[in-house]
Amino acid sequence: MKSIVSVTNLSKTYSDGHEALKDVSLEIADGEILALLGPNGAGKTTLISIICGIVNASDGSVSVDGHDIIADYRHTRSLIGLVPQELTLGHFDKVWNTLCFSRGLFGKAPDPDYIERLLRNLSLWSKKDTEIMALSGGMKRRVLIGKALAHEPKVLFLDEPTAGVDVELRKDMWALVRELRESGVTIILTTHYIEEAEEIADRVGIIDGGRLILVENKQELMQKLGRKAMIIELDESLAEVPDTLARWGLELSGDGSQLTYTYDPRGVRTGIPDLLQAVGEAGLAVKDFKTTQSSLEEIFVSLVKGRS
Amino acid sequence: MNVQAVKVIYKYEMLRAWETLLQSFASPVISTALYFVVFGSAIGERIAQIDGVPYGSFIVPGLMMLALLTQSIANASFGIFFPKFTGTIYEVMSAPVSFLEILLGYVGAAATKSLIIGLIILATAGFFVPLEIAHPVWMAAFLLLTCVSFSLFGFIIGLWADDFEKLQLIPLLVITPLVFLGGSFYSVNMLPPIWQTVTLFNPVVYLISGFRWSFFEVSDVSVGVSLAMVLAFLVVCLLVVGWMFRTGYRLRQ
Repeated sequence: MKSIVSVTNLSKTYSDGHEALKDVSLEIADGEILALLGPNGAGKTTLISIICGIVNASDGSVSVDGHDIIADYRHTRSLIGLVPQELTLGHFDKVWNTLCFSRGLFGKAPDPDYIERLLRNLSLWSKKDTEIMALSGGMKRRVLIGKALAHEPKVLFLDEPTAGVDVELRKDMWALVRELRESGVTIILTTHYIEEAEEIADRVGIIDGGRLILVENKQELMQKLGRKAMIIELDESLAEVPDTLARWGLELSGDGSQLTYTYDPRGVRTGIPDLLQAVGEAGLAVKDFKTTQSSLEEIFVSLVKGRS
Repeated sequence: MNVQAVKVIYKYEMLRAWETLLQSFASPVISTALYFVVFGSAIGERIAQIDGVPYGSFIVPGLMMLALLTQSIANASFGIFFPKFTGTIYEVMSAPVSFLEILLGYVGAAATKSLIIGLIILATAGFFVPLEIAHPVWMAAFLLLTCVSFSLFGFIIGLWADDFEKLQLIPLLVITPLVFLGGSFYSVNMLPPIWQTVTLFNPVVYLISGFRWSFFEVSDVSVGVSLAMVLAFLVVCLLVVGWMFRTGYRLRQ
């Protein structure tokens, strides 16, 4: 798929000497949802801020739609919308006015019909003449999204869009992100909620200590790094794993009532049929069994822990 | 050029003044009217004419300059400082706008507000003292140049300041004393010779002198020098703003 954002060997060292980004290269495909995961201070916001023109890079280059963000900043910035992490809004501004301001700032002629549609889609139409300080936190976040979309961008950056919002609003936000993607907008979101990336992203990038550790299709990443486990619940507890089952590396639970077999789901032979047969031959009565797969969170933790 | 961006920034800043009408326009006019009452009417009647101009009329250009300088700086510095303080500046920095367009929007609005205040003060003065303008075109030129150059100066202060104390520091500790000691209420010729020389290092003297000349054809320094000083100040401000924008000083990390 065509790349809409290209980041090449990007580095950023702040004036206090902190290296926020180290030689980051990344291609973002047109129309995808990319989730950038990473712990606090990993460099996610710095990366977004450089692409959007808020922070100067120390080294490397970024292009959007084939245009350099420095040389052709007018073109590239007109394609980008940014929803910042903090609720940075003019508290005395009215909702309608602030969206019109954002649209004009990005060089678009006034279009009251579009702004009205946008406010209705964001369930803010009834609040159009309300001062921002009178809105709830969730509404303020939607105003920020409205401002970012006011100039009809092709690429939308959402910096921690659901930080500090309740579960219901988070799900509304995810639905909105999916709708935007369906309308052709490329979405890059930073988050440290693994659940968020797992729920809506097409690809996942993991940043830690200013380095992009990996960028992978979410499903492939889970398949590649995710392990599956089969838990066998026994009728009677065991004191230890029988010798005949040693080759499967089974783990016995503390109370001796469960055996856990961990395997690679991509393998041609998982070994499960042989294991079940051996369990029967060992005279163990099976009450129940289930399988579980490692979540993106576990993959993320193992990757970050592995590096540290 | 991103004309829409200039328009929305300008409109936003003007709307802010309109929504705080009392603070933006009424307050400086009331303060200046009080100066006219105290200095023009109460004290002024006991002071002889200065260079053939009644004292009440003589102080009008100085009082206008006092208001213009302080208001230009306050409007422009607050206009850019507040979005920095609240964080909303991110939107301007990520928009497809050049620094010239940002400048036109913020400084244009600040200068317009000061210009309106100046004209209101001029009209107010007409109620208290007899007033004639000998060179209206030059008066307008000095008015405009002062509004623009000191709005630029205010913009620099707003960019430089990273807290409210710094925002107030230069206007209170530098500009106000310079204006009061710059001949707002007296002619420089009334000072002892040594202080006349010292006063010439005060740039505000040149502004007030040139502006007063456009009203009464009397001045402390030649009009050409006054004009050159205002233009020089404008150029210096433009150069400093240009450097700040080029380097992203206090705007882009």
